[in-house]
Amino acid sequence: MRFSSFKSIAAALLLAVLATGCATQQKPYDYAAFKESRPRTILVLPPLNNSPDVAATYGMMSQVTYPLAESGYYVLPVALVDETFKQNGLTTPNDIHEVSPAKLREIFGADAGLYVNVKNYGSSYIVVNSVTMVTAEAKLVDLRNGKVLWEGSATASSNENQNNSNGLVGMLVSAIVNQIVATSTDASYKIAGITSSRLLMAGHKNGMLYGPRSPKYQSD
Amino acid sequence: MMTNTVFRFAALLPLSLLILTGCATRQQPIYGWGNYQQQVYQYFKADTKSNEEQIAALEESMQKNRSKGTPVPPGYHAHLGLLYANAGKPDMVVQEFETEKNLFPESAPYMNFLLAKLKK
Repeated sequence: MRFSSFKSIAAALLLAVLATGCATQQKPYDYAAFKESRPRTILVLPPLNNSPDVAATYGMMSQVTYPLAESGYYVLPVALVDETFKQNGLTTPNDIHEVSPAKLREIFGADAGLYVNVKNYGSSYIVVNSVTMVTAEAKLVDLRNGKVLWEGSATASSNENQNNSNGLVGMLVSAIVNQIVATSTDASYKIAGITSSRLLMAGHKNGMLYGPRSPKYQSD
Repeated sequence: MMTNTVFRFAALLPLSLLILTGCATRQQPIYGWGNYQQQVYQYFKADTKSNEEQIAALEESMQKNRSKGTPVPPGYHAHLGLLYANAGKPDMVVQEFETEKNLFPESAPYMNFLLAKLKK
């Protein structure tokens, strides 16, 4: 009997190793505050922009609803939210990020606020390749008490699936062409969609938790 | 006793497979998104499509979606309401905000805030 229980413990340990094997080893996120708060509704504030591209704030803002809603949250309509801020004299993301959680709660009635900071946005010509890259950080704050519930960051880039095999001249030409194509077809907006999903879709290690409208709510 | 152990181990195997494949499975989307996010982006860019074209694009996408039976995502009707406000159609605005509220009762505080502003 003792031998048998030893074996099941060993099997359980093996299982744990296998289960965690698919994600890289990171310090597990402390979800205590998140699980206590269990927000239903999320107000996305216009993202701060630390990139040289002025399009970053709204490119990112129009891509965040999908992963948050598919993770089970009600996301306040982002364009209306932006209009409400403007009508209250708040026209820059910097000013908006300074508004107190209590005031945001009073106007929008949302449970949590999402503060996004765009670090990279756009195409750059780096020696032999033109790369479109979008990097962002996000922080979820409980608007009822100002507590930080979750923080994360993610990046995506256009050359993740590209390989350079045409020799140096070919690479230089394709880099220039890439950059022209990249800027003319709004590549950054598309890459921002990937960054946004990586950043905010629930169900991955240290990521957001599922919200009440997801069938997986409270399974994480 | 031994068979019992073997049996338990065998029971754990499919479970571990389930957990392993769990990292890779893709869930069906909850909502029928149509072109919602692209239209929001168009709205923010404010230089490509007219307000009327944006309304038409969202209404059309919603009709297509309706035949598939998937619910529209959060904000869809509210965003339409915003476009109708810019088109000077207050009745349509109220209708869209009320629809948003019915579909997503948790949107009520913000929708009521907007509806109250509209009446002023």
